[in-house]
Amino acid sequence: MTNANTNIKLPIYMDYQATTPLDPRVLEKMMPYFTEKFGNPHSSSHSYGWEAEDACEKGRVQVADLIGAHPKEIVFTSGATESNNLALKGLSGFYKDKKNHIITVATEHKCILDSCRYLERDDMEVTYLKVNEKGLIDLDELRAAITEKTLVVSVMAVNNEIGIIQPLKEIGAICRENKVFFHTDAAQAFGKIPLDVEEMNIDLMSISAHKIYGPKGVGALFVRRRPRVRLNPIITGGGQERGMRSGTLAPALVAGFGEAAEIAGRDMEADNIRIKSLRDKMYNEITSAVKDVFLNGDLEKGISGNLNLSFAYIEGESMLMAIRDLAVSSGSACTSASLEPSYVLRALGVGDDLAHTSIRFGIGRFTTEEEVNYAIKTVINSVEKLREMSPLWEMAQEGIDITKIEWAGH
Amino acid sequence: MKIVNKIYLDFNATSPILREVRDFVVPFYDSALNASSIHSFGRDARKILDDARADIAKSIGAEGADIIFTSSGTESNNLALKGFKDADYLVISAVEHPSVLKVADKMEATILPVDKNGVVNLKALEKILKNTKGKALVSVMLANNETGVVQPIKEISQLVLFYKGFIHCDAVQAFGKIPVDFSDLNVDMMTISAHKIGGLQGASALIVKKGLNINSQIIGGGQESGARAGTENVAAIAAFAKAAKLVEPQNSALIDYLEAEVKSFAKDAIIVGEEVERLPNTSCIILQGMLAETQLINFDLAGIAVSSGSACTSGKVGKSHVLLAQGYSAKQASEVVRVSIGKETTKQDIDAFLKVWKSNYEKASNTSKAA
Repeated sequence: MTNANTNIKLPIYMDYQATTPLDPRVLEKMMPYFTEKFGNPHSSSHSYGWEAEDACEKGRVQVADLIGAHPKEIVFTSGATESNNLALKGLSGFYKDKKNHIITVATEHKCILDSCRYLERDDMEVTYLKVNEKGLIDLDELRAAITEKTLVVSVMAVNNEIGIIQPLKEIGAICRENKVFFHTDAAQAFGKIPLDVEEMNIDLMSISAHKIYGPKGVGALFVRRRPRVRLNPIITGGGQERGMRSGTLAPALVAGFGEAAEIAGRDMEADNIRIKSLRDKMYNEITSAVKDVFLNGDLEKGISGNLNLSFAYIEGESMLMAIRDLAVSSGSACTSASLEPSYVLRALGVGDDLAHTSIRFGIGRFTTEEEVNYAIKTVINSVEKLREMSPLWEMAQEGIDITKIEWAGH
Repeated sequence: MKIVNKIYLDFNATSPILREVRDFVVPFYDSALNASSIHSFGRDARKILDDARADIAKSIGAEGADIIFTSSGTESNNLALKGFKDADYLVISAVEHPSVLKVADKMEATILPVDKNGVVNLKALEKILKNTKGKALVSVMLANNETGVVQPIKEISQLVLFYKGFIHCDAVQAFGKIPVDFSDLNVDMMTISAHKIGGLQGASALIVKKGLNINSQIIGGGQESGARAGTENVAAIAAFAKAAKLVEPQNSALIDYLEAEVKSFAKDAIIVGEEVERLPNTSCIILQGMLAETQLINFDLAGIAVSSGSACTSGKVGKSHVLLAQGYSAKQASEVVRVSIGKETTKQDIDAFLKVWKSNYEKASNTSKAA
């Protein structure tokens, strides 16, 4: 569908945190591995295998370079979810006789929280750090939570829903000082902000290709070699990836991942300047046109491509319907199908009503100014129209405090 | 390094992506498809996955079964063995793929012996099932990756079901080469992989009989009905389904020709599993007196890609556990070359292979005469 007035293709994709379209430059690097270079990278007896292996090793270097790691520290997986599972379960499996305590954060991605809950049933203890109203952890609280039994601190680099960036360097320093492993789920940060495993003292890092305009189906776990971090694998078999993750590597995916990482490194600054100006424009124009719009997260301490807004006096589902020309998310994609209020927003202290009307606008490499203008107009029009029909809005205009209303039971 | 006239005879390691599959898959890379998103892009992705599930189920006689998508055959095998919790003990054959063997190691599985031809011993299986308390999970591959030997899965599943056990079948190598029917084989779980049938590397499935429960080994996000978390590799899964729709059994004419030539040239050459049913595309030949490494170098110099067994990790040519399990000596197990062909393989390709093989054989004979 194309809008006649603007030539914008609808719906407009604004869900760059859920996934990103493949960059055409990435696809170009993948194509040879879909055609003549189809070998199994673990076939050691012929050139088909060698060229496939070369592709994987090149991808490994490109990915490692973007985080200041050694290529041998990169373990390819099927994605960040698997990497997060491998990090926490793998560490616990190997070290749990000596250390059985994990520190993480209430606003982590579901796969971290689910892995922690799983490990709690397996005799691990988990501390869930709270966050402030912007989504940031308290470093003193982290320090206080560390005990001699603490194995790992797992804090995400950038939150998927609100885009807040945690103070990685400070967290890394605290972990190193206390001789505790530092794992970060950097799925939303990798390729978007500078990351350096040395400078930030990161021991394990989960990353993903499809969040940075690479293909789905491939991710990696950075696993530090010095001092050495050891893991029990989840998937065993042929012993690929230095025994930490068995299974045939997909050269097309790895080559695409590597290229996506290289492009992200090269274009990061320019992309961020452009994306940030689009996001700021969107925030400023929406909030100056309609009132009672609340920002979840923080513009300064957040990533440039994420704008999470709550619209008071509007029902979330009606809002999603009204702005259906925009492909957005109302929470993390993994949980949004359930339409439960976001646990991340709850952790920030956002009430259920505002959490329900939160919309995450994702702006990325392929978002145009025209699209943002269209989105701004759509949002403003929709909010005004929905509020006209909303009894809550009417009451609020009459000065009634909605939160004090006692609703009759059904 | 430039290699002229490359001849690929290692289809069991991976197969080239079918042209129809490639043309079909590339457009999927044009949009952002996260199947968990609720907007139209997400719904498109969800529909692609649902269609792929239906197409794959249909292509393998598994309508009504659950299809869990994973990243590799190795992951599917791990998931089947570790994720199925309703059995009390595990039995595997001695010739399984490393992804089954390694898991079995940890789970202290009972290893089922095979005969000289590589076929599992049904009497031994019955004895185990009869004498062990509790319910068994039996994991036996449909066809062996190194030798192509086909196991009597139907008989095995009958036996297992009689003793109220469960059966998982690794059909990674069989699917696309011989007819494979999930319902007809009457198994509880089956592993298949895309890149062995002309799809993309990075997609595989575990097929699970309706009603059986699989505990996820990768959690968080609840994808694949809770059995396997992680954003689905939509493009590779779509390509997998496309390739599955195109599978048709191969015929054995070229392999028959190759083996007849080898046998008539060298009486002492051993074709592993010769007396039993095998995949129509695989030949595993022991050339006594020449190490596999040496044979492989000569093939490579001639631009022919073959292997000495499974494509594994270290780059070392190890001794095949499959051949050792069949009672071959360590020496014989290190003198084996596997040829595995595809639909596009020609008689000229086989002749080129035979030329090098025969020259290898003559070198080996001369060396042994000289010694």
